[in-house]
Amino acid sequence: MRLISRRSADALTDLWLAGPATLAMLVLIFIPVAIVAMLSFTDYQFGARSFNWIGFDNYLVLITDPQARRAITNTILYAAIVIPFSILFGLLVALGLHGLMQYAPRLSAILRAAYFLPVAATLVAMAVVWQMMLHPNLGLVNQMLGAAGIRGPAWLSDRGLVLYTLAVIGVWQTVGYNMVLFLAGLAAIPQHLYDAAEVDGADRGWERFWTVTWPMLGPTTLFVTVVTATGAFRVFETVATLTRGGPAFASDVLVYAIYREGFVYFKAGYSSAITMVFFAFVLLFTVVKFRFMEKRVHYR
Amino acid sequence: MRTGVFLRRAIALSLLLFGAALVLTPFFWMLSLSFKSQAEIFTPHLKLFPEALRWENYVAAFERSTLLRFLFNGFVVCAGILFFQVMFALPCAYALAQRNFRARSLIFGLVLAGLLVPFHVTAIPIFLGLAELRLLNTYSALIIPFVASVFGIFLFRQAIAAMPGELFEAARVDGLSETAIAWRIAFPLAMPAATAFAIFSVVAHWNDLFWPLIAITDSSLAPPPRGILYFRDEESGTDVGPLMAAAVVVVAPMIVGFLLAQRRFIQGLAVGGLKG
Repeated sequence: MRLISRRSADALTDLWLAGPATLAMLVLIFIPVAIVAMLSFTDYQFGARSFNWIGFDNYLVLITDPQARRAITNTILYAAIVIPFSILFGLLVALGLHGLMQYAPRLSAILRAAYFLPVAATLVAMAVVWQMMLHPNLGLVNQMLGAAGIRGPAWLSDRGLVLYTLAVIGVWQTVGYNMVLFLAGLAAIPQHLYDAAEVDGADRGWERFWTVTWPMLGPTTLFVTVVTATGAFRVFETVATLTRGGPAFASDVLVYAIYREGFVYFKAGYSSAITMVFFAFVLLFTVVKFRFMEKRVHYR
Repeated sequence: MRTGVFLRRAIALSLLLFGAALVLTPFFWMLSLSFKSQAEIFTPHLKLFPEALRWENYVAAFERSTLLRFLFNGFVVCAGILFFQVMFALPCAYALAQRNFRARSLIFGLVLAGLLVPFHVTAIPIFLGLAELRLLNTYSALIIPFVASVFGIFLFRQAIAAMPGELFEAARVDGLSETAIAWRIAFPLAMPAATAFAIFSVVAHWNDLFWPLIAITDSSLAPPPRGILYFRDEESGTDVGPLMAAAVVVVAPMIVGFLLAQRRFIQGLAVGGLKG
């Protein structure tokens, strides 16, 4: 009667439902990862007809060449500034807004929206605005400093300063995101813990924070840290818009180096090696995040 | 004691207001410049507000660049990506959540592993593949690389797995095909997850610069962020007013969307943190 058995009909249904997505995942994610890993051991150039296996040479250049190494050290320095400040300000704003919510909920909601605005805004467009604000003579920042009698520096073309300027923009952009996560964490702390702490004599704001709020925010803080770290390691838009890694590689970072070496200079093999280094960093953070998420689910 | 509370609140509130003012400064300055005349912008004296609300810069931005075209490109790319992402992800997520088959845990393993891979890692091979297929400099080049969203599969799977299995059993008894069950029963019920995912996806791709910078050189295909850089580099920094007007226009859709649906927006972008 039936042309095909029940079992093979079921198998065909599964193939029809899950097959396209699985194929797309393989073609667009897993095969490319394998190829990029392979290319990182070659001297392949876009457009070339052949390539040579050169072992770890690309990686050696990346680690030993002082100019190339800047992409790695700059990214780490950038992250080392953005991570703590973005988390600290995110937490402080969240604590402030959480308190404000109890006696002025409307105002608290308005301020929350204000702090979150940079997260939703198109970063490239906002970076162009930052460029205007940071203009050495006509920019808002230096005009304000000038009004106070201070001669402002060239924020984006001073080699010693440019990475810090970009980090400030990075913090500006991510504080709102961390604030939102901390607000969710704060809302989840049960009131009875504060009542209990008060009975135990922890009735001052400071003591309440250290005995209840901070420990209860532990999982949130870890999650926020990992998300901020991964975001910081991916910094690209501001660099591409404002400095193109310059001046003299002073603001070169990993993702921008991937773009420049691969798609401006067509050194696909070398760019693949940078990609793998970038991937290793991101993987490290993400593995930490997943391990911690499993734990949290487990303890619930 | 009461004055203590009052003082603490006053200090906290002024710090919060000061911080918010700092955060909003670039937005304020963008708007202010976009309404200023050339002479007002290049004056050596600091002027916070424009003399009048002039719309000339906005007119100039639309006339002198293909700003409208950039917005249209952004719309096509975001809509195309989201459409295919859902087309691929939803049936797969339904199968993973509510059906039993041999490859199920393997495929779900692939989804979880895929979450670890940032797009940047796959850029070089995907570029090679698109070049081989002669698809660079097309809308396809901007859409195809993102159609397999492991994050979408993951979110939909979590949502559908939380639905009672009896619901789907009943639909099967009624003679609905599995495809129909996935689209007509699971999909509507997974709307909250779909909304969060849609916001995450649209915001991410509307704002993306990395891939458009690589995949297209034809400015008539540029999505807004790429477009605004074309505009800036052509005008070489002399026409600040129209450039700022263009920035306002590019930023506006996301900001307006956010202000209209704050809770959903925050939700959508917050779940994005799960992605590597």
